[in-house]
Amino acid sequence: MADQLERKPSGIQPHEGHAKSQALASQPAKPITVSKFLGRFGVYAILIGGAVIVLIPLVWMLSASLKPKSEIFTFPPTWIPWPPLFSNYPRGLETLQFGMALKNTLLITIPSVIGQVLSCSLVGYGLARFRFPGRDALFVLVLATLMLPTQVTLIPTFIIFSQLGMVDTFWPFWLPAFTATSGFNIFLFRQFFMTISTELEDAARIDGATSWDIYWRIMLPLSKPVFAAVALFAFLFYWNDFFGPLIYLPSTENKTLQLMLMNFQQFYTSDWGPMMAATLVITLVPLAIFFFAQRTFIQGVVFTGIKE
Amino acid sequence: MSLAISRTGRRRQLQGMLFVSPFVVGFLLFFVGPMGFAAVISLFNWPILSEPTFIGFDNFTNMVSDGLFWKSLWITTIYTMVSVPLGMAVGLGLAMLLNQKVRGLAFFRTLYYIPAVVTGVSLAVLWSIMFNTQYGIINAGLRVIGLDAIPWLTHTAWVIPALIIMSLWQVGAGMVIYLAGLQGVPTELYDAASIDGAGRWSKFRYVTIPMLSPVLLFSFVLGIIGSFQSFTNALVMTNGGPSQASLFFVLYIYRNAWQYNQMGYAAALSWVLFAVILVVVVIVLRTTASRVFYAGTARGGA
Repeated sequence: MADQLERKPSGIQPHEGHAKSQALASQPAKPITVSKFLGRFGVYAILIGGAVIVLIPLVWMLSASLKPKSEIFTFPPTWIPWPPLFSNYPRGLETLQFGMALKNTLLITIPSVIGQVLSCSLVGYGLARFRFPGRDALFVLVLATLMLPTQVTLIPTFIIFSQLGMVDTFWPFWLPAFTATSGFNIFLFRQFFMTISTELEDAARIDGATSWDIYWRIMLPLSKPVFAAVALFAFLFYWNDFFGPLIYLPSTENKTLQLMLMNFQQFYTSDWGPMMAATLVITLVPLAIFFFAQRTFIQGVVFTGIKE
Repeated sequence: MSLAISRTGRRRQLQGMLFVSPFVVGFLLFFVGPMGFAAVISLFNWPILSEPTFIGFDNFTNMVSDGLFWKSLWITTIYTMVSVPLGMAVGLGLAMLLNQKVRGLAFFRTLYYIPAVVTGVSLAVLWSIMFNTQYGIINAGLRVIGLDAIPWLTHTAWVIPALIIMSLWQVGAGMVIYLAGLQGVPTELYDAASIDGAGRWSKFRYVTIPMLSPVLLFSFVLGIIGSFQSFTNALVMTNGGPSQASLFFVLYIYRNAWQYNQMGYAAALSWVLFAVILVVVVIVLRTTASRVFYAGTARGGA
């Protein structure tokens, strides 16, 4: 028994590195068996099954977005609508008031992303590279904000913004963005800046560089992946944000894509074709960004999750 | 000389404070200030458009007899306690499958992550159509394999399970993190376990789980906090229904504040939510403290 177990690792994996594939080999039995083949097969079966489950909603959204009403309400459902009804798209976008809603969404998203990236990276730089009284306590506070449910501050913040006459403007999105309110992003920047060696910085200081020069010319260029990751996550957040726009933007001319999509769903409940077309267009932007920047995404996710 | 150093030292100190000042401002204006203000508001009867009146702790004592308060707290807690561990288990399972030298690892990893970028109202609208009892794709699938259609979003018993199933669609984000964690577990540990006669389960229990424990704890805690704040799906897909069966706590706060015009009561509710989350997180951290294993944590700097 012990003998078999001992031999197993070398027997199963000629390559180093992945001892975990043992978990697959069912019993500690003969080297290559039917059960192991089945195990291998099972792994792929589950992975492919999972992939199908991931894709079905997306494929169905695409399919429904091209169907006339008569074809949507049939059983069994068809997957490839023929002929495809492309006019669902202009109809869906019209109901969405797409131009207006897109403009509002971008007016919130772009300045807010810039604000988050700028303010959070500056704070991260300050925490990573300077010594001053209270710095460590401040870092603990940054982490504490991660734990704070945003809903607790929502009502007072809303009352304050409404007293300031800022309801139905984009200020309630811009102002917090420029004051480093994402503890997560600060944390990310700080952790990354800590990994950059100080030698370059010391040399630059001897040459008379200021702290700002070092941030702008050394830290920023060396940390492009983190800047990209934070910008992407912030973009996704604001693009998909719903609660903020819901309470701060009552008039139609200020509504974002997400709000208009909700109106669509509440008022044209059975207009599935155009509704799915509109949903697909709104989803397409994050999806496209994800496809073009998947490395940055995955790295960013891994970086946030792994470093404590 | 020493004076010069201390002068540049002081300047560096001031610069450091300047760099972190955006956070200090934001923390005071958007965290501490509002939290204090929320505590004040919670002591008032505060309709947004007219004068607030001081009522002491009435908002809090009123909660005790408010059936919807208890109901929404219960629904949110059940949803969290099922969906968070379940999502983590599925994510970890997938990560372990992917960590077995499978072909197309990058492909599967990317694919599983896709749903994580589809969020907000888009996600809710898509799934509300998929869950449609008569024409939704999910019931169509059930009918194909000979089962009866399930009234997912229109029956009190099914609505929470439906939302939990929906949340599982997005396990890919966690999976990517677990996979990275698994890849960081040194092979020698498994070899050593094999030599000691460990089977599959023992290796999972005594090597994989301890090595991943910091990552798992982190994602568990953030998962709980996020899940207690669930809102969009309930508002868009069911509006809390049927018969308040999906009245999530934050939806109840939203209704009190922006529909019933009860800012004071809503602020009190949000403080209770904060307290509940805090207690749950502290319990989780306390009960896991001795079991989480930090391997050679190189705490950078400081």
